[in-house]
Amino acid sequence: MTELLKVAMPKGRIYKQASQLFRAAGLAIPEDLDDSRRLIIPAPEAGLEFIMAKPVDIPTYVEYGVADIGVVGKDVMMEEGKDVYELLDLGIARCRMSVIALPDWKPVIHPRVATKYPKVASQYFRERGQQVEVIKLNGSIELAPLIGLADRIVDMVETGQTLRENGLVELEVMFQITSRLIANRVSYRLKNEAIQALCDRLAKVIPAPKGD
Amino acid sequence: MSKPKGFEKPVGVRDYLPHAVSRLRWIEHKVLDCMQRWGYEQIITPTMEFYDTVGVASATSDQRLFKLLNQRGTTIVLRSDMTAPIARVVGSLLKDQPFPIRLSYHGNVFRAFEEEAGRDAEFFQTGVELIGDPSPEADAEVIALAIASLKAAGVHSFKVAVGHVGFLNALFEESLPGQSHVQQELKDCLLQRDHVGYRHILRSLPLDEGLRDELEDILRLRGGQEVCEQALAMSRSQRARAALQHLCEIWDVLSAYGVQDHVLIDLTMIGDFSYYTGMTFEGYAANLGFPLASGGRYDNLLAQFGRPAPATGFAIKTTRVLEVMEEEPPEREKTLILYTPDRRVEALAEAEKLREAGKIAVTESVPDPAALDAWLGEWERQGRQVFTHRGVRYHERIVFGSRKGGAAR
Repeated sequence: MTELLKVAMPKGRIYKQASQLFRAAGLAIPEDLDDSRRLIIPAPEAGLEFIMAKPVDIPTYVEYGVADIGVVGKDVMMEEGKDVYELLDLGIARCRMSVIALPDWKPVIHPRVATKYPKVASQYFRERGQQVEVIKLNGSIELAPLIGLADRIVDMVETGQTLRENGLVELEVMFQITSRLIANRVSYRLKNEAIQALCDRLAKVIPAPKGD
Repeated sequence: MSKPKGFEKPVGVRDYLPHAVSRLRWIEHKVLDCMQRWGYEQIITPTMEFYDTVGVASATSDQRLFKLLNQRGTTIVLRSDMTAPIARVVGSLLKDQPFPIRLSYHGNVFRAFEEEAGRDAEFFQTGVELIGDPSPEADAEVIALAIASLKAAGVHSFKVAVGHVGFLNALFEESLPGQSHVQQELKDCLLQRDHVGYRHILRSLPLDEGLRDELEDILRLRGGQEVCEQALAMSRSQRARAALQHLCEIWDVLSAYGVQDHVLIDLTMIGDFSYYTGMTFEGYAANLGFPLASGGRYDNLLAQFGRPAPATGFAIKTTRVLEVMEEEPPEREKTLILYTPDRRVEALAEAEKLREAGKIAVTESVPDPAALDAWLGEWERQGRQVFTHRGVRYHERIVFGSRKGGAAR
């Protein structure tokens, strides 16, 4: 029996699109992975075993080699900075990382930026010669400018709906973000044929970027 | 940070308890012995070096060097690898020794604090340097020796991926002449294993389609000898072809060693471009997420120590071998000698006899025969050949002073 390729899949938002992509590539993934409480789900017909994980943890699983490959957003990749192969842009969960503020925002003397991505944000502002205090938050980032914790935030924007509802505007787009297929350094060599075959199948069904 | 508690130690450093030490020593012994049988002699260099000499020359990036100041304010580094110190020795103490020089080492090396496991601040490396031989034979020799060393250390399922820095350097130079910053960006992507970024840059360049496909296809160049031939077919530059020829010859020599089953050629396998100058390789074991060994050719290093010479070598991360070794070191038998004070001379003489014969003997004095009998009763209750006394396993026992008289086993 050949060894199953261990795939770390993100629970939540990205999962649906990722699993659609895998199915479009002809890989038999059980339908209800995300709803099930099981964390390890074998799919032997596809030669895969899925590990359901929190998105921010996926690069860690892959770096340590407990998962051979994984699906993860570029935002998490940038923030976590793990030593893994980034093999494929899956073109799904397309959104952008932006600097966001209230419409009447003006530069302040002691700028404070709230974000889930402190490393990415610090580096971004440093590279632009701006000294800002970065405040790490774990959720509801949009709250920060509304209640005066920070004058700006760095967050992911998909449709802009949440921003509009909270009366916030995008000041600048920092990065375009999509999900990526990543691989462990050792697995990439030792299980190369299986990984390459999977890449090739996925590459054929990746959605093209919408022109804008 | 608050004051550390008594049991704490800095992040990234480890204690090795006796069981781990016996395994580590066994690996060290097996590997160094293997290296010695290939003619590599062991060298020991100091833990500390000057930043301005060995620190600057090492392959470790500046922020990962462990730096200290001495009393005069000179910056000292804890060695981050053994290659730069050995280059210093070859350029100074051994400057009159003719090439080729074959040296081996086993030692602890340091990397400035890394936050997570798998990246220790201090770990052991066992390796070799072959200095003064530019040939593919020399490169193949160190790869074959790395394979032999891993086997000697009890690792059997592993692969070694071999690449060549010169090939990519020359290919980029040829394909994107004069655009050194683009070349650098592409190399940085490969170094960071970012294939998405690599393709993204290629697609943003005004290249003709054939060339772009060629450059994208190198991401797939891996396998056996046929890879070298495929790559030869697609590169016209003299230097790229020379690099590939060198790689083909390495493959031929490795086949002659009979180790090609462990080897795969991977032209995207690149080490640090500023350090390695030719062949580079990494060793991977199944069930370990990190490389076990790495090495390559570094022909520019020795010049920094006043004796320009080609050189090639590798290091095994010994502490990682611990996690994947498939053999256990043989357990040495231990004998416990228990005696009452009146039989001390005989007991200690018996222990000495065993130790001279290379056995392990531990002695313990008990106050009176009754205490001896109590222990004997306890061991009989354990009812096994191998028994435990005060938390230690023994294979044999000798008792002096039992009421029954004489040495009872």
